[in-house]
Amino acid sequence: MAGFDHGSNEPDEQENIETINRNTRLGLKLFTVYLILYGGFVFLNTFSPAKMEIVVFAGLNLAIVYGFTLIIAAFVLAIIYGWICRNDLSSSNSENEEVAQ
Amino acid sequence: MIYEPSLMAVLVFGVIVAITLGLSFWLGAKAKSSKGYFAAGGGIHWFINGVAFAGDYLSAASFLGICGMIAFYGYDGFLYSIGYLAGWIVALFVIAEPLKRMGRFTFADALDSKFQSRGIKLAAAISTLVVSIFYLIPQMVGAGVLITPLLGFPHYVGVLMVGTIVILIVVTAGMVSTTYVQFLKGSLLVIFSTVLTVLILQRGLSTDPENNGKPTHHFQIIGPAAFNDIDYWKSELKLNNQDTLIPLDQGAWVKKDFLQLTKDNKVSYWKLTENPEHQFFLSETQYKQKNKNGSIIINGLPQGTGEGQTDLYPVGRISKLPNNETKTGPLGPAEFLSTIRESELILWGSDTIKEKDGTVLTIYFPKPTSGQKVLSPGNHPKFAGIRGDELSGKLNFLSLMLALFCGTASLPHILIRYYTVKDQASARKSTIVGIGSIGYFYILTLFMGFGAMTSGALDVTNTNMAAPLLAKSIGDWLFAIISAIAFTTVLGTVSGLIIASSGAVVHDLMSSFMKIEMNDFAKVRIAKIASVVVGVIAIILGILFEKFNVNYLVGWAFSVAASANLPALVMLLFWSKTTKQGITVAIFTGMISSLTWILLSADSYKGIYGLDPADAIVPFSQPGLVTIPLGFLTLVIVSLLTQPKSMGTEN
Repeated sequence: MAGFDHGSNEPDEQENIETINRNTRLGLKLFTVYLILYGGFVFLNTFSPAKMEIVVFAGLNLAIVYGFTLIIAAFVLAIIYGWICRNDLSSSNSENEEVAQ
Repeated sequence: MIYEPSLMAVLVFGVIVAITLGLSFWLGAKAKSSKGYFAAGGGIHWFINGVAFAGDYLSAASFLGICGMIAFYGYDGFLYSIGYLAGWIVALFVIAEPLKRMGRFTFADALDSKFQSRGIKLAAAISTLVVSIFYLIPQMVGAGVLITPLLGFPHYVGVLMVGTIVILIVVTAGMVSTTYVQFLKGSLLVIFSTVLTVLILQRGLSTDPENNGKPTHHFQIIGPAAFNDIDYWKSELKLNNQDTLIPLDQGAWVKKDFLQLTKDNKVSYWKLTENPEHQFFLSETQYKQKNKNGSIIINGLPQGTGEGQTDLYPVGRISKLPNNETKTGPLGPAEFLSTIRESELILWGSDTIKEKDGTVLTIYFPKPTSGQKVLSPGNHPKFAGIRGDELSGKLNFLSLMLALFCGTASLPHILIRYYTVKDQASARKSTIVGIGSIGYFYILTLFMGFGAMTSGALDVTNTNMAAPLLAKSIGDWLFAIISAIAFTTVLGTVSGLIIASSGAVVHDLMSSFMKIEMNDFAKVRIAKIASVVVGVIAIILGILFEKFNVNYLVGWAFSVAASANLPALVMLLFWSKTTKQGITVAIFTGMISSLTWILLSADSYKGIYGLDPADAIVPFSQPGLVTIPLGFLTLVIVSLLTQPKSMGTEN
């Protein structure tokens, strides 16, 4: 555990205003995607709950499939965001070394 | 139900506590400065922080509450899982990085970074305290709820025990030890929920589930009958001349549809139901009778484990499997759910009858329910509104889902975790790890919930015990571990809440608002005193609120947090005309309006004042749909009214 603990608390990431703006824009885009997905789920449940009983595939109904999709989509979007933000950074950043500790 | 105290659970919990406290004292040396105490020196690794997010966030309500709700009502509990997770999207994409960039110790720092306003500090500190206390109560009540069945101690002992351990953890090393408790708890919860899920799938489904080796009681259901005919029921029940079967329709029994059977001098109650095809059924029930002198009768005999005594039957099983099978053998995850969809399950309802002589009868009756219905929304009384025609029921549901979505990124004890890592990249990465582990856990809740529903091990009187009892149905060792983890769950969340509260008191209220001069050493000392005080308050409230529903209060905390904090955070980031007055007034408005709404709602009328919920002033119980937009609107209006004269200084 020691390798994970209390290393330097100096930021590795040197942010400039461009990176910040790019991350913010990307974050908002992905947020909108998720908002539409989540909103669709909530409205379907509210105004047409019977549709949630329809079997979609493998004997699973829409309620289960949509619910799992929302949870998995959150993780996938989070990974996409993390990956793109990481590519945005300059190659000199030392994140990889830190992970290897 | 009567539980046998588990010595093994005490031992496992003791080991976890010993490790945590040992770690706390060892790490205590590193937390001498205020940065060390409140933010673990900003040096926590992002992966540790990510798992600690899970440990911080997955409270007793998540683990016990959601599993219990799924076990008793099916899919509705999973809606909470989905909403609680979706909130993390707001945290990651909108809040995390700017918050890390702007603040140091508390989220009031970030809100105030542009203005240096005492008003904002005061408003943010008060909202932190209100939200944290609301969140603390159900955690402490949860500790008490767990300890009685698990260890056989009274409620207050559980609250005192958890309170004392948490205070020790927090006081020794502040955020450092809190982080490691949460890391430990998050890891244990995810690992053992996986173990439990694998064992459920391996066990498969059966119409006669074995509860830790013991067979399940099959409650008789007579019917279908074309008419409600007493002679038909009598002949089906094979009554002899001394036995009686009387429909109960007087006093408190009116419209409850029960029949009283006296057979061999033993009294039992039978529930009459009618299905949509107008067929009638008569079902055997079980009941708990609390007499005026305090004695308890179960199904006609004194409650106990000795001779001539009895206890409530454990329940929860599948009544019909597809193709009239009786056992499936091991199942894959999708197969498990699709088999449930094609089966018929026994859910449980209850009715309480208060007789004039002071006797209180609670009757629990089986409700055969199709798997299709169990796997769709709208079975829980709270969510039944979505299947009705009234708009208020639908708005209530929308409002709850909105509060869950907006609440996560507004919870102070979650937000402060962003200050324990060194930079924005680490904040981002730890949120991704958090989303991964929390999302994975929430997927498991569905399997654990349905596993419990079909385990034959449920206690009809206590939904919170579903997960531990499911573990018990598999084996005593698993029960000991899951129970110990449930306790650790309370420890992790409570320590985060106490740190957030003490930070608000010392850093925001005393240092920034009251302008009390303190050196770093004094700050840490006062923070420790504040932690003890908040801990003691939490213990007292945990004892006072014993009878309160755990998940209910967590919902309130989410609504208040989302209404008070989210408008301020979001507008500060995305609207350049936001002013300090706008932020301050919006926080107070969101907080007061959501609290007022809650106190005037049907849920409070019923749960707190014991009044008729139909008299409630507000049209639906969940405030978010009204009070979150109200917070935004207030902020915009007040900001526009208080624009600085020179517009050039905005950026």
